[in-house]
Amino acid sequence: MIPLSWYLILAALLFCIGLFGVLARKNSVAVLMSVELMLNAVNINLLAFWRYLYLTSTAYNGFVFVVVLFAVAAAETAVGLAIIISAYRSRKTVAAEDFTALQG
Amino acid sequence: MNPESYFWLIPLPPLAAFFGILLLTWRKRTLSHWLALAGAGLAFLGSLAVLWRAFSIEHLAEHPFGVSIDWLPAGSSVMRIGAALDPLGAVSLAFVAVTVLMIFIYSIGYHNHGQPEGKDDLPGLPPRGMEMMDEHGHTVRAATIEPMYSRFFALISLFAFAMFLLVLSDNLLTLYIGWEIMGLCSYLLIGFWYGRPSARDAAVKAFMTTRIGDAFMLLGLAALYSLTGTFRFSEILGSPQTLEILSTSASGVLGLSWAGLIGILLLMGTVGKSAQFPLHVWLPDAMEGPTPVSAMIHAATMVSAGVYLALRFFPLIAAGWQPGGPLTAPMLFIGAVGAFTALFAALIALGQDDIKRVLAYSTISQLGFMLAALGIGAYVAAAFHLVTHAFFKALLFLGSGSVIHGMEHGAAHSGEHLDPQNMKYMGGLAWKMPLTFAAFLAGGLSLAGFPLLTSGFWSKDEILKSAYGLAPVVFYTLAFAALLTAFYTARQLTLVFLGQPRSRAAEKAHESRPVMTWPLLILAVFALIGGLVVKPFEHFVAGMLPHELLVELPESAVPVAVSVAVALGGLLLGWLVYRHAAKGQPDPLESALGPLFRAFHRKFWVDEAYQAVILRPAAWLAETAVARWIDQVILDGILHAVGRFTLWLGELLRSKVDRKVFSGGGDALAAGAQLAGSQLSGLQRGRVQEYMAGGIAVLVLAGLMVLFFLNL
Amino acid sequence: MSTAQILFLIFSAVVVAAAVMVVLSRRIMRAALWLVLALFGVALIFALLDASFFAVVQVLVYVGAIATLLIFAIMLTRGVMDDSKAQLNRGWPFALLVCLGLFGGLVYILSQWNRFNSAAPALPQDAYDLTLFGLALTSPDGYLVAFEAASVLLLAAMVGAIYLALEKRGN
Repeated sequence: MIPLSWYLILAALLFCIGLFGVLARKNSVAVLMSVELMLNAVNINLLAFWRYLYLTSTAYNGFVFVVVLFAVAAAETAVGLAIIISAYRSRKTVAAEDFTALQG
Repeated sequence: MNPESYFWLIPLPPLAAFFGILLLTWRKRTLSHWLALAGAGLAFLGSLAVLWRAFSIEHLAEHPFGVSIDWLPAGSSVMRIGAALDPLGAVSLAFVAVTVLMIFIYSIGYHNHGQPEGKDDLPGLPPRGMEMMDEHGHTVRAATIEPMYSRFFALISLFAFAMFLLVLSDNLLTLYIGWEIMGLCSYLLIGFWYGRPSARDAAVKAFMTTRIGDAFMLLGLAALYSLTGTFRFSEILGSPQTLEILSTSASGVLGLSWAGLIGILLLMGTVGKSAQFPLHVWLPDAMEGPTPVSAMIHAATMVSAGVYLALRFFPLIAAGWQPGGPLTAPMLFIGAVGAFTALFAALIALGQDDIKRVLAYSTISQLGFMLAALGIGAYVAAAFHLVTHAFFKALLFLGSGSVIHGMEHGAAHSGEHLDPQNMKYMGGLAWKMPLTFAAFLAGGLSLAGFPLLTSGFWSKDEILKSAYGLAPVVFYTLAFAALLTAFYTARQLTLVFLGQPRSRAAEKAHESRPVMTWPLLILAVFALIGGLVVKPFEHFVAGMLPHELLVELPESAVPVAVSVAVALGGLLLGWLVYRHAAKGQPDPLESALGPLFRAFHRKFWVDEAYQAVILRPAAWLAETAVARWIDQVILDGILHAVGRFTLWLGELLRSKVDRKVFSGGGDALAAGAQLAGSQLSGLQRGRVQEYMAGGIAVLVLAGLMVLFFLNL
Repeated sequence: MSTAQILFLIFSAVVVAAAVMVVLSRRIMRAALWLVLALFGVALIFALLDASFFAVVQVLVYVGAIATLLIFAIMLTRGVMDDSKAQLNRGWPFALLVCLGLFGGLVYILSQWNRFNSAAPALPQDAYDLTLFGLALTSPDGYLVAFEAASVLLLAAMVGAIYLALEKRGN
């Protein structure tokens, strides 16, 4: 059988790859894609914990978390893309490092 | 469907109309008034169905319709609110539903629906009319539509909602809510033409004056709740034990029992709302609003609400009283106020020239009749007069609106600039405006108490009969007031409708549109047939009271004879005095009574007295005493002294401490901060990814440190 | 090694490789396609976890909807980023360091945990009744609040997305 640790290490790896993408990619659409990777890593974790530690016939906590995360991911993508497109219209760029409105 | 189960929905259609107009249809005038009419109409039909059922039930008083829900948890108890319909509520619902619907219909015509929009009409001012070409090429002045037409219908819908809410409430809390919404609406509607300073002042005056009464009422309400723990009528008024306890325990204020104190406090609310002396001053000024509003406020809703409250709380007011025994303190209070106001306002009405002001004072006077009757224990008579008065006074107000409209038309045609509400310029309108005349005559005769035919005769006769049996002083006062009532009614009818026209505007006046005259005629029917239902009405409403509070009156011919005599005598006298009234001559009464008439005309100088006794001293206190002496001399003096001392101290510190220590150190600090800032600003480049990388790096480091140092 | 373990290793290798390509590929369109592959791989991992329902949902929602949306966005903003130049910003070595640090830290913490290597219990017969799950999600005794919160979030996101992406008239 597969021990729990495998899943957790896979999830951690996926999460860190995603994080690297978020931190290092220039294109903001690619940043969004990396965020999706991170969210998927979280989902793997949640389901792994459900399967290994909380497997009962009545507790659906893991499931509920995953469902809500799906909703969050969808919402995040929709809003993120809308922001990117709106920013693209006004600035003619999608490079994350060009969005410097936060500069003091 | 069963009317018992849905009667509590009756107030909702007008509320829905209010919100509908306010939010959706306010641009569309026709749609707005249809919405308002639908609201009032639905409420009317619902009331009709409910009343049909209510009147057919034998013991409605013992088993009123009622629904209630738990509403507000208040500490350990829960406030229940709900709706109930008992005989008093039923008769009130009847007159409210009918008059409200008629007023709504009439308003369409009054605000010139169907006329073009005036180019220079401004919101907040009455429409001025404009020059137009008719089909023959002549230039005529035509009326223009009210600029804030939709707003008007929204506001009167809200007003109607509040009145229905008040009538159907089964508890003091929702009653008070309806009461206050009406206060708000009256403010908004009296000030409807807010472009006129007089309307603004009148609105503020009405609001402030009724607020005095409302403040006392709120105190009474709070006292009642803290003593009984409930707002529900059935638990307070329907329980002899509660009333017994309230009427026997002392409140410690002026030697009154709790029932007496609360009764008087609540009745102060009535005095404000029903415009009784000394809080009557707002009502005549409230004539600044559009005439349908006057009808609404002075006949159907607001002033009736005050009397309704007094009737509703009669068991509390009369707690501890037996017929024939000494009156309780609240009864004495309201009886004295009512009787005095009835006479006082009738005298003032004699001297008024404005057609609406005569009616306004007559309203005050008639409300005084009701409250006086209530004060001596004639509950049924008061309730009956409330209902008949609502019909004929709504009729009279709407009729006067029609007259004013006709006069405005006439003035527009003749080009005269005159006050279209002044009766001195009218005369002979009976032939120009026959339908209005017929309706106004019915209302006027009803007000005067013309024998047998009119409802006003029966209800006033009831009051006089009760007063004759219970309190002769009140009887004589009211009989004299009734004589005056008949007299000023005859004066008004004669001046407005009979004789020769006293201005060219009056010659050119013409009848109003059917949408205005039909409601008048319908109300006229109600004003006339009201007398037919005296016996069933008495039987129905008397069920509200426990048996021991019902007064058995000895049969006597004196009160009937007196009421016939004063009505006919007053009418005849008025007609005789005024039938030859001519243009430009002083009022015949003025020459006969001299300074007394001037007192009537100037309303006994009450407004001036308030100005001198309350407003001026208040202004003086604020401006002179507080502002000039206390504020400028004492407070400013202290402040200046403190200020000088502080300045001196500051100068000392500045030269000795600040320059040397802080200034030098501060400069060094600032230079350091600036240097650090310029070095660090390179980090602040606005790039989210860099920020995030930094943040996560710190997070990782912190996590590792926690691991290592805490050995988790 | 059991079959399941071999399958897991294959799937996870696919996921990791695809994820690395998402992050590193120069052409953004290719990155999106790699993302689709990575999401498929995650769906397979879900299936290995006996969560077949979520495997299906993963394919439907991520591959079907989110990836499509991303590709749309790429096409709408195409041509502004030069694909031939480096796709990583200048701070990438630092970012790499942070990520490696995080990964190392996570694995270290997990390895200290005594249930890290626990095996999966056998799947009970009724462990996975989707009807019951649906009921639990919408019943006031269950997870209604979370469910409602998610729906509110979706609504707000929808409104926000429409507002943001709406082309202003005259612009």
